[in-house]
Amino acid sequence: MASDPKLESCALKPADIARRVAAELPGGAVVNLGIGIPTLVGNYVDAGRGVLFMAENGIIGAGPRPEEGREDKDYINASREPITTLPGASVFGHAESFAMIRGGHIDIAIMGALQVSAQGDLANWTVPGLGKGGIGGAMDLAAGAREVYAIMTHTMKDGGLKLLEDCSYPLTAKKVVTKLFTDIAFIEITPDGPLLREVAEGLTAEDVQAVSEPKLITDGSPGVLPREESP
Amino acid sequence: MLHGFFLNKENDELASDKVYPSSKAAIADIPDGATILLGGFGGAGIPENLLVAMADHPAHDLTVVTNHAGFGERGLAVLLRQGKVRKIICSYAFHRSAFVFRELYLEGKIELEQLPQGTMAERIRAAGAGVSAFYTPTGVGTQAAEGKETRTINGREAVLEYPLPGDVAVIKAHRADAMGNLVYRGTAANFNPVMATAAPLTIAEVEEIVEPGVIAPESVHTPSIYVQRVVRGEDLGLRSET
Repeated sequence: MASDPKLESCALKPADIARRVAAELPGGAVVNLGIGIPTLVGNYVDAGRGVLFMAENGIIGAGPRPEEGREDKDYINASREPITTLPGASVFGHAESFAMIRGGHIDIAIMGALQVSAQGDLANWTVPGLGKGGIGGAMDLAAGAREVYAIMTHTMKDGGLKLLEDCSYPLTAKKVVTKLFTDIAFIEITPDGPLLREVAEGLTAEDVQAVSEPKLITDGSPGVLPREESP
Repeated sequence: MLHGFFLNKENDELASDKVYPSSKAAIADIPDGATILLGGFGGAGIPENLLVAMADHPAHDLTVVTNHAGFGERGLAVLLRQGKVRKIICSYAFHRSAFVFRELYLEGKIELEQLPQGTMAERIRAAGAGVSAFYTPTGVGTQAAEGKETRTINGREAVLEYPLPGDVAVIKAHRADAMGNLVYRGTAANFNPVMATAAPLTIAEVEEIVEPGVIAPESVHTPSIYVQRVVRGEDLGLRSET
């Protein structure tokens, strides 16, 4: 979190954001985790909730990273990291995997974001300039999943805004983000605009509005985003 | 070698003719200008031995269709350095490990077509399945749809995409039988099975070749008719550098 010392001192750590996103997942959901903070979300979902994690390189039911020395070159996730499999897992090729994604069989894609617009447009695959970034599965997931949860720091390191009226970076998909989790707020993207649901402890709705371009709607006073001491 | 154990009265050694003695022999006739469908994702399912053989082979002016534009200094990166690749069609171009490709791209020495990963898979599938074209909502309103026809179908805007066939599919499977039936392992299937369907010549590198019948019919992932050549390869330890 940027420049402003008050925002900085109240901002959630990645693990806290991941914990909050995990709590939001409905039981039994089929979920795709993008790279970055999204990969942490799996650490905070109790097995008893029946959430199934899929990775677009062809697996449902990926388990935790194997112990050192037990890695298997044929078992990796979409971030190219070694994985194990859980009982009931399945593996498949790309045509099947993306048919699942594009066919609406994935309930929630959790993706890192660079910018999100008031209408839920998502920019997360590249920044302006030559020779940067890559599309990967982002456009398919954003367009194909039933819901998209976006995660980002609320502002850039230099204080530049990331929740905007319109994204300035190249788009990944239009009108897809349903829920936005930042280090200072939880915002639901509704047809009427961004609805501020929760604010980090120590901050007010006005503090969040000050670093958001679009007008934030509130429904009563926003709740408190839980923050734990652990890193 | 397995030559000659599966006999056919009409044509002796018909099936085992698919088994090649070396990667070098398997790729020997890849022509200049060929479009290569190259399997693999991250470090999994990459036909490493076939790529090594291609580095020693003169074919150039190639178009390579593959998920990412190589990584590190080995595998596809060797062909890129050699200047044998005219164009890369991929879903992820500028991963930090694809520095060889990036350097060539910024110098204007190689062309790039970047596609959403699912659009790439489906275009290859369409090529193998005789689908003339398809519409997809993926990419609408983004750079991936620039210059492409769009149409609103059932209230949702979609982009028209055409099949993406290859001249040769260069793929990796775990196991083959001598007829060319293939089995993949774990997440190493990735683009390999769909690519096998989308080129008139599919060359499969495998870790093990068994006699027909050893792989149960219901366990076959890629049926034999998609595969023209099979060669056994060693694990060369090519891994993605994340």
